[in-house]
Amino acid sequence: MTTSTTTAEVASRTTSFLSDLMTIAKRAVRQIPREPEVIAPALFIPVFFFVVYLGSLQDITEATQPDGFDFKAFQLPVAIVFAVTGVSRAASLVTDIQTGYFDRLLISPVRRLPLLLGLMVADFVLVCSLCIPVLLLGFVLGVDFATGPLGVVAFVLMGGLWGLAFTGFPYAIALRTGNPAAVNSSFLLFFPFAFLTTSQVPKDAMTGWLSTIATYNPLTYLLDGMRALVTEGWDWGAIGGGLLAIAAVAMVSMTLAFSALRGRVTRA
Amino acid sequence: MTTAAISTRDIRRSFGDLIAVDGVDLDVQRGEIYGFLGPNGAGKSTLVRMLCTLILPTSGKASVLGLDVVSDDDAIRRRIGVALQEAALDDNQSGRELLDIQGRLYGLTGSEIADRITQIGDLVDQGALDRRLGEYSGGMRRRLDLAACLLHSPELVFLDEPTTGLDPASRAAVWEEIRRLNESGTTIFLTTQYLEEADELADRVGIIAKGKLVAEDTPAVLKRQVGDDRVVVQLATDAGAIRAAHAVGAVPEVNGVDVNGCEMVVATAEGASAIGPIAVALDGADVKVEGLTMRTPTLDDVFLTLTGERTGYEADQHESDPTADGQPDAATNSGASSGRSQA
Repeated sequence: MTTSTTTAEVASRTTSFLSDLMTIAKRAVRQIPREPEVIAPALFIPVFFFVVYLGSLQDITEATQPDGFDFKAFQLPVAIVFAVTGVSRAASLVTDIQTGYFDRLLISPVRRLPLLLGLMVADFVLVCSLCIPVLLLGFVLGVDFATGPLGVVAFVLMGGLWGLAFTGFPYAIALRTGNPAAVNSSFLLFFPFAFLTTSQVPKDAMTGWLSTIATYNPLTYLLDGMRALVTEGWDWGAIGGGLLAIAAVAMVSMTLAFSALRGRVTRA
Repeated sequence: MTTAAISTRDIRRSFGDLIAVDGVDLDVQRGEIYGFLGPNGAGKSTLVRMLCTLILPTSGKASVLGLDVVSDDDAIRRRIGVALQEAALDDNQSGRELLDIQGRLYGLTGSEIADRITQIGDLVDQGALDRRLGEYSGGMRRRLDLAACLLHSPELVFLDEPTTGLDPASRAAVWEEIRRLNESGTTIFLTTQYLEEADELADRVGIIAKGKLVAEDTPAVLKRQVGDDRVVVQLATDAGAIRAAHAVGAVPEVNGVDVNGCEMVVATAEGASAIGPIAVALDGADVKVEGLTMRTPTLDDVFLTLTGERTGYEADQHESDPTADGQPDAATNSGASSGRSQA
């Protein structure tokens, strides 16, 4: 111990909301490449399903659809949705809660909202990044965008926003329970969203009950909007429907997540 | 209530039916090192968590640096530093990244953070700052945790068992830093179950047992209150310990006997004159004695006298912190005094 700590040189000062947000987000973004176990499944699953669906359903689906129906273009949004749904920093948040790091943050003067919003910033960066390799696979397989490069950007943004909207569910579970097993089980929510919809065949090829459920599944409208960007052009009706579906899911999930945050940070 | 660094009046905290802190009155002056001593589950961590604004008191009043812990929590957080019981670090970050985040949360600029890291000096292992925290040893983690809580130059620092589990060299380094910090004007609220630590560092000591403050004064005064010398008898085995305690207890000069395993501590007003009769009594009790030494009272004796419990010091246990997930720390009272008896 050769040097001393003193109290005179610096003192804490009030931070801005943006500064708090960036501090939390920076840490979360920095953690992403350090946890390849989070990224690997999110890349493997969409590529796997994309290839399997093409191999098993392309011929039969294209045979039953009008001429010019491109099953690869039809499946690309599904692969994107599979890549981004359920990917979040919720497991890391649970680790922070369990190790006491979350308490370290609570003892600091950081605003409470950025504690969750900062993680979501990182999630958005991650899910948009996850879209890119899937998109490249689509290009390699010959998918073209009717809306051009701007449509590609819009496509990635819609995928990213959907991924972000869905993160509210695992965060709500993480903050309510502080339990890693419960957070892992939130992945189950993915299945009804992802399979009771037009992820495999167009809606008019579905049986009655599945068609009915698909009508009420917001993912159906998201897929319609994203498919429109690929195959039809700037169909604002379909795109708007997709954005509304994202907004509806976000409203529910974020209400749950921020209510759970309030419960976690409120002193009792 | 406004001039003290910490002031509490009848502060209480319950978890359901369990009372973790039961009406504690404290006044810690600015510039003081206040040692808060108690066994596992006594309520130390719960009190710290109330004072550093993590949880609310169930009732009573508390102020920190003149600010109310209930209504002025944001202002308090900016002016205090806290190192909680477990060094809560993210193993995926490097030491420098952790300190950078900590500094940013308190509004420090990048250059200020870099300057502070240099000023904090040997408390952080400068060579290891860019390594991931998962590679740090326990001592390095604790010291980094302490450095992080000092980064914004707080006026008051809460150290919750800062040296628990540390090797002697790391412990000495932390003690030296605490002294140095205090010399620069920082008030220190130090919870510990190491009596030696409180004796070494604290200007005043408060002793908490079962949620209540049972004594408070300087270490010297507290030890004087116990008064008696101590004759420490080291028995070869604990088999005849109770028999030996009864025999020694019958010696007229002896005021009390405490047995803890193979060790027997005998309280006597005049150790020098009592040691002979004690040796004779032990011989008569037919027990094998390996050592017989005399010493003046320690804070351990104070604690034992006041609470009837040992602190768990010998076992080098550390208090778990179940209040972190909403459970009361009183629930973890480990019964550190088990296996001992008093005659």
